[in-house]
Amino acid sequence: MLHPPELAHLHRPDPNARPVVELQGVTAGYNGSRVLQDVDLRVMPGDFVGLLGPSGSGKTTLLRTVLGAAQVQAGDVRVYDKPVRSRRNRAGYVPQLETIDWNFPVTVEEAVMMGRTMSNALFPWFRKQERELAYDMMERLGIASLAKRHIRQLSGGQQQRVFLARALVSSPELLLLDEPTSGVDVKTRDDVMHLLHDLNHAGVTIILTTHEINAVAVHLPRIVCLNGSIVADGPPHRVIAPHILREVYGAEMPVIQYQGMTMVAESAHFWIDRNGDDAEPLATVPDDSHRQPVISHVHTAPDNVPAHHHHQDEND
Amino acid sequence: MLLEPFEFGFFVRAIIAACLVGGLCGLMGVYIVLRGMSYIGHGLSHAIFGGAVVSWIMSINFFVGATLWGFLSALLIAWTTRKNPIGSDAAIGIITTASFALGIAIISRSQSFTRDFEASLWGSVLGVDNEELIAIAVVAAIVAIVFFVAYKLFLFATFDPDVAQFYGVPTAWVDTLFSLLLAGTIVVSMQVLGVTMIAAAVVIPPIVARLLTDSFRKMALLSTGIGVICAVAGIYISYFVDVSSGASVVLISATLFVAVLAWSKIRSRWPGSTQSAASLSQLPRESGGAID
Repeated sequence: MLHPPELAHLHRPDPNARPVVELQGVTAGYNGSRVLQDVDLRVMPGDFVGLLGPSGSGKTTLLRTVLGAAQVQAGDVRVYDKPVRSRRNRAGYVPQLETIDWNFPVTVEEAVMMGRTMSNALFPWFRKQERELAYDMMERLGIASLAKRHIRQLSGGQQQRVFLARALVSSPELLLLDEPTSGVDVKTRDDVMHLLHDLNHAGVTIILTTHEINAVAVHLPRIVCLNGSIVADGPPHRVIAPHILREVYGAEMPVIQYQGMTMVAESAHFWIDRNGDDAEPLATVPDDSHRQPVISHVHTAPDNVPAHHHHQDEND
Repeated sequence: MLLEPFEFGFFVRAIIAACLVGGLCGLMGVYIVLRGMSYIGHGLSHAIFGGAVVSWIMSINFFVGATLWGFLSALLIAWTTRKNPIGSDAAIGIITTASFALGIAIISRSQSFTRDFEASLWGSVLGVDNEELIAIAVVAAIVAIVFFVAYKLFLFATFDPDVAQFYGVPTAWVDTLFSLLLAGTIVVSMQVLGVTMIAAAVVIPPIVARLLTDSFRKMALLSTGIGVICAVAGIYISYFVDVSSGASVVLISATLFVAVLAWSKIRSRWPGSTQSAASLSQLPRESGGAID
């Protein structure tokens, strides 16, 4: 188990619990521009939500809205029932690696310890227990031996784990992660996802953004598809559907069932070019043998998804 | 012979002042450089020049008036950068030059002012009086205490302000306090180093320290030490070589920078060495708000 021991007391969500994150009619952006429009979202304790959408669809802006770092132009944002700017709670944030200033002079240890800044804010150094907690966390994430290294001198996966450790040392009940699996190898990606599932099982509410539909999104219990506003919200088997993906990405993306999992065949051009038929959404895996090389061992082929969209599923 | 200058009261005061200002600028410089505000020292010292003139006209104590003016300018720069799509270098360029121009405009109305402010332009460490020395000591003590006590808050707020705020760090307060300390630092330093030399005093020590270490804590300590050493050495040498003290301090610092840069280049090419500290290309980008 990779999650902090003090999280063990948290239990699975109580159906009467108040939402951890609640956005009502939120329009947000930066410097007057609108990136998100009229977004309603409720995230309940224990939820594990993946935000999915193309670049510029507002995934990061939605996270930053919860963070209090985006400009909310309309609507109401509440985190733990409080306005976003006026709270201090146990929440952790793992930024996108590209946003980190890699020239800043901090060692791995210094970066991880930032997560404990407010535990004893007006005291110049950290207490022994806090250092031990940080080392324990770095040990669990396999970066303890790198503690004295500069953050730039690490691999992408190690860098990701530094900021994950920074978020986890604050013993968060809510964890926000911006593209935690981008720029890391497959093994690290799986390690990170296992860790997050473990944390979620221990009661941590998680919201992450991702570009990876098959590797990340379909393994999450709940996916929110964004394209400026929320297009769909629900479990993968309902949300990962051709008509929704078309609306989100503006492209035809064939969906198949593979060993009980919903998957997107990401070689749409191959299908369309081969068949000379780009009008029909390719939602099923047809019988034609010449199409087989794209995905082998297809077990089930879902029916075409009903034409109506389920805008804003209320799943609480 | 080498101790000869210490027989003079003015020289002892100058060495103490240089020691305090060097350390103060070195420590403050770490945050200035890491916030990408390298030219703030240069800009704010110009802005404060305007404030000094205005406070002289309104018969307000120079230190109070100039610090207040500098503080407001720094806040205005922070506000302009935060609320608008304007880089801090551009904001520094606009606000501080306008403030400087205001000072010049007032002075040019009456030629008799010119002589009073010449010391601020060029610095006169050898002419530091007791009142100025006390002001420097007070600011240095306040800056040292604030950065010591609120070390963690300033580190997080400098590294990643948005995330720091999310973790509960009062970043708006940290920024305001930083602006106030910055204004105080520039006001007392410009008496010693002069408006024109201040940029080097706040930029060179942290950059040299950055070349030597990857740790924030070590960088802060090293930069303070380097600031003290360069300032004291510069003043001391200026006594024998008969060069302007401000220029002497800056030239010593620049020489040290070149030496450390060369050493770090050689070290990085040493067989089997792992380069730990930053190379020049990794150093914080300086904002290009040159004013003169």
